[in-house]
Amino acid sequence: MVSEKRQVVVPGETIVSGREFLPGEGAYRDGIDVVSGRYGIMNIFEKHVRVVPISGAYYPRRGNTIIGTIVDITFNGWLIDFGGAQNAFLSVAEVPRYVNKNEMREFLDFGESVIVKVWDVKSRGVDVSMKMRGFGKIEGGMIVSIGANQVPRVIGKEGSMVRIIKNATGCDITVGQNGKIWVSGHNIDDEIAVKKIIEFIADNVTTNGLTERVEKFIKGMGLNVSKDDVEIVAENTDGEEG
Amino acid sequence: MAGKKSLYMKRVDGRKIDEVRPMIAEIGIVPSADGSASFETGGTKAIAVVRGPRTLHPQHMQDPKTGVLRVNYGMMPFSVSDRIRPGPSRRSEEISKVVEWALSSVVDLSGFPNTVVDVFIQIPKADAGTRVAGLNAASIALAHAGIPMREMISAIAVGKVDKTLVVDVNKEEEDFHDGEGSTDIPLAVTSRSKEIALLQLDGKISPDELMKVIEMGKKACEDVLKVQIEVLKSGSVGDE
Repeated sequence: MVSEKRQVVVPGETIVSGREFLPGEGAYRDGIDVVSGRYGIMNIFEKHVRVVPISGAYYPRRGNTIIGTIVDITFNGWLIDFGGAQNAFLSVAEVPRYVNKNEMREFLDFGESVIVKVWDVKSRGVDVSMKMRGFGKIEGGMIVSIGANQVPRVIGKEGSMVRIIKNATGCDITVGQNGKIWVSGHNIDDEIAVKKIIEFIADNVTTNGLTERVEKFIKGMGLNVSKDDVEIVAENTDGEEG
Repeated sequence: MAGKKSLYMKRVDGRKIDEVRPMIAEIGIVPSADGSASFETGGTKAIAVVRGPRTLHPQHMQDPKTGVLRVNYGMMPFSVSDRIRPGPSRRSEEISKVVEWALSSVVDLSGFPNTVVDVFIQIPKADAGTRVAGLNAASIALAHAGIPMREMISAIAVGKVDKTLVVDVNKEEEDFHDGEGSTDIPLAVTSRSKEIALLQLDGKISPDELMKVIEMGKKACEDVLKVQIEVLKSGSVGDE
C-alpha cells in the first residue's frame, strides 16, 4: 500500500481540497473538498482518494479468499453464507468437476464448508469460484473465527505470521479474509495449538511488536519457532487489488 | 418576556447556561457487534450497538433499492429511580422512530439492497436527554461499524427553565415547575452541512426564543462533535 499519509478520518471530514483529487471508495466530493464517507484510514495515491475501513462488518472484495458454509442450493449453484451482508453464489460452472444438476447435494450439501475465491462483487451479491488450486470443499480440520479486521495481523507482512504458526505446529492453515480460518493438522492437539495462537493474535491486534510476542507465546506453549521457509503460499495481506 | 426576571437564574449544578455536562465516549464496547459505542453526559449514559448490513427478514420488508436502517431504543428497568417496565412502550417507540429518521439523513445504505442495519440503543442510566445521548452514541457506533455515512450527527437538548434558556438540561431542570415551568427541545445537527436532523418540542416557547434555542443547540453540538471525533480517532490507535 502506497500512501502519502496514514491517518484516521471520520465521516464528513474533509480529506483534501482541490479539484484535481478524485474521490474513490469511501469518499465523496462536496464542492472543492473531497470528504470522507466512512470511518477508516485515508489513502491518497496519485490524486486518487480512498478511505479503507478499519472496523465493522466484512465487505468482500474481488480476489479475496473466503470461507463459508452452504445455506441453500438453487437449480444452478449454491448459496454460501460467509458472514457478509448478502450470501455468495457459487455456480456449478465454477466448480472444478462435472456436477449432475439433479444430484447437486452429492458434491456440496447443506452445512458443508468451502474455501472459495471472490470473483465478482455486485451490490446484489457476490459471485465466487473454487476452480483454482487451494480452493474447494473443506474436509477435516477446524474453523477458527476471528474478526475480519484482525485478519491482516494474523497473516502478517507477506504471510510472515501464518508462516510462523505453520512452522511451529506443522498445520495447514488457510486464512479467509472474512475472518474464518481453516486449520488442518495431523492431530487435534496441533489444531488446538493453532487456535490458541490465532486467538492470542486476535486479542492483541493493537499491540506493537506482535511478531515477537507471538513467538514468545508459541515458545511458552512448548513449541519451536523455526525460521526455515517450507512451501509457503503467501496470502494477500489486506485485500488490496493488484 | 414582560420584563419580569426569570425564577431560574442559577443552574442547580453550577454550570453556565451554555455549558454541556462532562462527556465521556467509548467505542468497541461490545466485541461481538459490528460497531458499538457508549456516550455519557453527566448522569445519562447510552449504549449503541450496530449489527449489519445483513439480510432483512421477513422478506417482504426488504427494499430492493436500498438497505434499511432500523433503530431500537429502550431504557433499562433500573435506569431511573422508579423501575421502568421493560419492553416497548409508546415513548420508546416514538424515540426509536425519530432517532431512525435523524440517522437516515446521514447514512447511505444504497450499496446494500435487501439488507438491514440494526441500531440498538440502551439507556443504563438516565438523567434527562437520553434520546440525544442515544443519538450521539448511535452516530459513533454507525461510524465504528464502517457504515457509509455522509457525515456525523451530534445532538443536544436545550431547555427553557422558566424564562432562562439552558443547554443540556438535567433531570432536575426538566422537572422545574415554578413560573413557566420547563420545556426541553432535543436537537440534532449534522457535522458538515450543519443541517437540523431532529427537532422536537413539547411545551411552550416563543418563535424568537426557539431561534435562540437552535443557535445555542448548534453551538453545543460542536462540543459534542469534538468528543465524538476524538473517540473515533483515538480508539483506533494501532489498528491495522
